[in-house]
Amino acid sequence: MSATLRVRGLRLWRGDRQILAGIDLDASPGEVVALMGLSGSGKTTILRILAGLERADAGDIQVPKAGMVFQYHYLFEHLTAMENVCLAPMYVQRQTRAQAEARAGELLGELGVGHRADALPRELSGGEAQRVAIARALAVDPPLLLLDEPTASLDPARRNDLGDALKALAASGRTLLLTSHDDDFVRDFASRVVILAGGRMVEQGDPRQVLEYAQHEETRELLQVERQRKLGR
Amino acid sequence: MIRLALLTSLLVCTVTPALGQPPLRWGGDSEGGAPFVEADPADPSTMVGFDVEIAEHIAAQLGRPARFVQIAYASLDQSARRGDFDIGLSGIEDSAGRRASVAASVPYYEFREVITVREGDRDRFRSLADLRGRRVATLGGTMAYDLLLQAERDDGITAVSYDDDVHPYSDLLLGRVDAVLLDHVLAERAMRRNTGLVTHPEAVAVGHYIIIAAPEQTALRDRVDDILRAAMRDGTLERIFRKWGCWNEDQPALYARVLGAAATDPSATAPAGVPPGTVGRAWEALPRYLPSLLSAAVVTLVLSCAAMLLAVVLGVLIATGRVYGDPVTRAVLTVYVEVMRGTPVLLQLFVIYYGLAGVVRLPAFIAALVGLGLNYAAYESEIYRSALEAVPRGQLEAARVLGLTPLQTLRLVRAPQAFRLALAPMTNDFVALLKDSSLVSVLTVVELTKQTQIFATNIGSWLVPGLLCALLYLAMSLPLSHLARRLEDRWKVATP
Repeated sequence: MSATLRVRGLRLWRGDRQILAGIDLDASPGEVVALMGLSGSGKTTILRILAGLERADAGDIQVPKAGMVFQYHYLFEHLTAMENVCLAPMYVQRQTRAQAEARAGELLGELGVGHRADALPRELSGGEAQRVAIARALAVDPPLLLLDEPTASLDPARRNDLGDALKALAASGRTLLLTSHDDDFVRDFASRVVILAGGRMVEQGDPRQVLEYAQHEETRELLQVERQRKLGR
Repeated sequence: MIRLALLTSLLVCTVTPALGQPPLRWGGDSEGGAPFVEADPADPSTMVGFDVEIAEHIAAQLGRPARFVQIAYASLDQSARRGDFDIGLSGIEDSAGRRASVAASVPYYEFREVITVREGDRDRFRSLADLRGRRVATLGGTMAYDLLLQAERDDGITAVSYDDDVHPYSDLLLGRVDAVLLDHVLAERAMRRNTGLVTHPEAVAVGHYIIIAAPEQTALRDRVDDILRAAMRDGTLERIFRKWGCWNEDQPALYARVLGAAATDPSATAPAGVPPGTVGRAWEALPRYLPSLLSAAVVTLVLSCAAMLLAVVLGVLIATGRVYGDPVTRAVLTVYVEVMRGTPVLLQLFVIYYGLAGVVRLPAFIAALVGLGLNYAAYESEIYRSALEAVPRGQLEAARVLGLTPLQTLRLVRAPQAFRLALAPMTNDFVALLKDSSLVSVLTVVELTKQTQIFATNIGSWLVPGLLCALLYLAMSLPLSHLARRLEDRWKVATP
């Protein structure tokens, strides 16, 4: 199965409202593609369709097996960090517990949360929970990793750690697709940015180009809202 | 004019004293039925029976109007002491314990305790000794029950106590018991109602019916004794018993003894005096009753645990069906839940034990277990259903993205989390079930409350048995609530 993502003419309505109005999107192994847009622009919906949680009304999708990291992590509340990571390898891939735990230990260690393996989700900080969630998504070794607002619960230092970790994952041959409000993060760590507005793709390209010299009205508006949000914080 | 009115009212008062007298309230149990006390089939608002006629005769002799008060048979002594009625008569048996706790009259009827068996067993079971290893039924709180308890020790039978005198005989026909020991009046009535039964005429023991009053009402009791003796002499009692088909050669002999004793020693047949303190007697009786109370508590606990297990298993299946099932399954299960929750568990127990007896003849304990289990399954399923629906959607989506099947998601993610949410309400239900299990005494299962009732009836006081019973229930329920609280603390789900 190819790790390349190819989407053409993706459309979705909710009642009378058009959520996605014909999205074309490509992403290749080694890329970190960031979807940006105001709330309601359809970026999270695209991730949910690619993860198989929602169905599009129209469009042609070629998507490799995807792992997903949710904005609120959604770690299984009754299982420890280690058990969260081992669940899919054991029950979907039929690995033995020993196999699953060995791999889970490696992943948690690489993401810097090896020492939290026996903690329950409610005992983890936001950043720790997110890295456990990434480890859980990676445990079944998906070629495509989807991340919904991965920086939302992180302080600036943690944000850079995450960015480095994502770049490393892309360098190892995975395709990463994420949504974000944070133009600084996207500028520093994404290899390509896609700007969405009203369910349409407005522009895309190198983040430094697109975000420094915003060509489109929608992009400028997005950056202004984001700056006001940062000042207000 | 005024003087004339005064004179008239004076005249009325002297001529018809009954109008000015308070009514004689007499207590009895109309569920006991004919020939004792029963609602007149032609006019259910009035009572008929030989006890009714005797009560009315006594009221007339006292110059007071008679007024019937309905009292459950097992509560007659307690009600007499509380003053719920002036005199009580409803086939009440003479016993030393009763004479010690209420004011008792001379006996007015002699009965024989007799054995009834199925026709096929006529020659096999002739005495209690023949019934070794067999179940023998009777009415609880009676002399016959005491005889059966004695026979449990002496002859190795199993005594089965009922709350009424109808079902011992119907269960005899169904084969749930192998004999019934009750007084001949009840036995003859049962023989008229059922075919296929035979009663051995030989008396296992002899007893008497008496009239009771509150312990301090010795003056009233003495007047009742006088009226009864007069009714024995002038044939009033004979006429009443003949009318109800209960007259036999035992009665003239009894009357001769009662009247003879009265002539020589008035206290011989009717020991008078204030009863000893019942609380003190209860403490003395405690060591004798404690083992049976403890074993009854074990019955309660085993029954409750087994019924809860059944309720949990069925509840899980029903809840799963209601959350995941197709519309038909969901509709059928919803009807089940609403019917079980919307009708009394007592009714359900009766239907399972007696109503279905023609189809499936469940032993009492199993019927009790199934009845409680089926009823509580409805409640449990509602708890599980709402707990399943309370598991956040994000948890289920996370499982789906990882590639778990719907069944794996239920088993590994949704159900374990729902269980933690359901634990507190489940514990509440188990404590409720522990107490509701007392209802199964109507199916002849002797559990803690029933055993307490037997204890209380025998010693004539609820205080000590009631306290002890409450302590035993608390000893069973408190550790459970404690355990549930601890598990809940450990599993407390973080609120995002």
